[in-house]
Amino acid sequence: MTENWKITLRVYRQKENQTSHFDDFQMDVNPDEYVLDAVERAWAFHDRTICFRHACHHSTCGACGMRVNGVEKLTCITLIRDVTRNGATLKVEPLRNFPVVSDLAVDMGVFYRKMEAVGARAVLPVTEAEIEDPPSKWDAEDSQYIRLSDCIECGLCMSACPIMATTPEYLGPAPLAAAQDQGLRRKPELLSVVDCEDGVWRCHSAFECTAVCPSFVEPARRIMNLRVQVVDMRLRKLFGKA
Amino acid sequence: MSKPHVIVIGAGFTGVATAHDLALRGCDVTVVERGDLCNGTSGRTHGLLHSGGRYAVKDKESAVECIDENMILRKIVPQVIEPNGGLFVALDESDLAYAEQFIESCEECHIPLEELKPDQALKLEPNINPKVLIAFLIPDGTFDPLRLALAFAGTAKHNGAKFHTFTEVGSLLTDGAGNVTGIKVSNRASGKSEEMRADVVVNATGAWAGHITAMAGLDAPVKPTPGIMVAYNQRFVQRALNRLNAPGDGDIVLPQRRMVVVGTTSFDAEDVDYIPTTDDQIKLMLERGSELIPGIRSAKPRGIFMAARPLVGGGSGRSMARTFKCYDHKETHNVDGLVTITGGKATTLRAMAEKTADVVCAKLNITTPCATKETPLLSYRQYYATTN
Repeated sequence: MTENWKITLRVYRQKENQTSHFDDFQMDVNPDEYVLDAVERAWAFHDRTICFRHACHHSTCGACGMRVNGVEKLTCITLIRDVTRNGATLKVEPLRNFPVVSDLAVDMGVFYRKMEAVGARAVLPVTEAEIEDPPSKWDAEDSQYIRLSDCIECGLCMSACPIMATTPEYLGPAPLAAAQDQGLRRKPELLSVVDCEDGVWRCHSAFECTAVCPSFVEPARRIMNLRVQVVDMRLRKLFGKA
Repeated sequence: MSKPHVIVIGAGFTGVATAHDLALRGCDVTVVERGDLCNGTSGRTHGLLHSGGRYAVKDKESAVECIDENMILRKIVPQVIEPNGGLFVALDESDLAYAEQFIESCEECHIPLEELKPDQALKLEPNINPKVLIAFLIPDGTFDPLRLALAFAGTAKHNGAKFHTFTEVGSLLTDGAGNVTGIKVSNRASGKSEEMRADVVVNATGAWAGHITAMAGLDAPVKPTPGIMVAYNQRFVQRALNRLNAPGDGDIVLPQRRMVVVGTTSFDAEDVDYIPTTDDQIKLMLERGSELIPGIRSAKPRGIFMAARPLVGGGSGRSMARTFKCYDHKETHNVDGLVTITGGKATTLRAMAEKTADVVCAKLNITTPCATKETPLLSYRQYYATTN
């Protein structure tokens, strides 16, 4: 038997040149539905002017990131049961540290330009991917198999990062993780991009990025490793090996 | 002389690919979309880059389209594709009986295939049902749905196309004779309405095509046919899996990042703005999916969703062809200025766009040939990174 909850969906609203406010929608939901289902129904049956981004509904596209009761979530895989309770409020707001296009929809432009600047890989040979259950040894022909990158560029890490909130110039967790993924020895041209004031040293190790990442990237661990790579590159240069 | 202006309604696969093709042929292109890119059917595709094997027996036209376009997409947009092949797997006598016509049909449709014995299949994919009787390796693949669309849209944008998202069409502008001369839109972000004039309006709204044709007083050429998909939280296979049999419910399992996606079902629906998922269909995906991969029973659902296919032609559900149709409404209803493209599959988006752009260009006396087969797409990030 499907459970039925009554919740108040509280939606952040902001239209061009207007001040922001929240709109409340009283909704009947199944707690085993996803937060995105509730937002989509609010649009379909209550208010057609709500703007939000969504595409794949299964955590592969990264479009539907929002703050849900104050925490960054990929709303298509976030069960209503896990973020509110029967009779309570479910508050959805746009990601922080992005310009708001309207309501819950943010502009990904600056973020995508940063990902492009570090040459973030969208696909990679499976032999170079961090996968769940890697074989003890890859066969030579395995490098022909391709994997989509774990990072879905949803921007949750950029929203949760306390340094991003103070310094928009900071490269940010996902771009730094993408640099780490490629490796500085393989891509030495990335050294100057990450070894700078707004690069890898700016991170304060809050690990908020890893806490909210829905896609197994663990940006904080990668940033720590990228620092090791930077030091390695500097030492190699010092000893004339670079 | 200024370039002819074409408005494309809809920024799903068909719309963005059509915008790309028309921009390459020298048109001034404006795309309007009521949400953000791919918020309808396209975003919610399971992401199977079809080799055509699935349609080879019953629908050869679709099968040939699929294998041809599969090979083209691998070349022009490798940035969004896992080109790792697919297995058609036989688990019972009925599947085995299908093998002969499957082999013959694939050969007829020039779909390459390699027969695998059970131990070979299990070596490639250790998590498939160990009761596998025979399997065929074919050039299926998988793709990232949103990024496939972004790559077309980003390249179109680079070539001058303009995108207006969160912009909903309220009505069509017409001349005294009922011919379409533009659209009236309202922008959900600003609340403002405006009129846009065009030499041709392309209706690329897929399952919603009937909403736009109705604005011109014309019949809907499309039948929305939703199906469910369930994503599970473990990547059990590296290749696309199909049950070796006539297409049915829950007989496809696809790897997608660290998941597998099981799909799908097929039923008729009228209004597809919001399609609720149902417990019985979720259960069916678990049952059917775990026949192919027993481990799915111990996995957890990670995402559950419905997507509405835009099917064209007669019949219903599975029996309907998966090919596409492009209608110049001047020819079908003597209404000039409006072209509708619908039907088809994600895999055939480029071919759908080529056909549509051919129809549009013929109306505008543009003779520039289609160049999308040979034109590699720019980085999908250009869509958000480019401002114009």
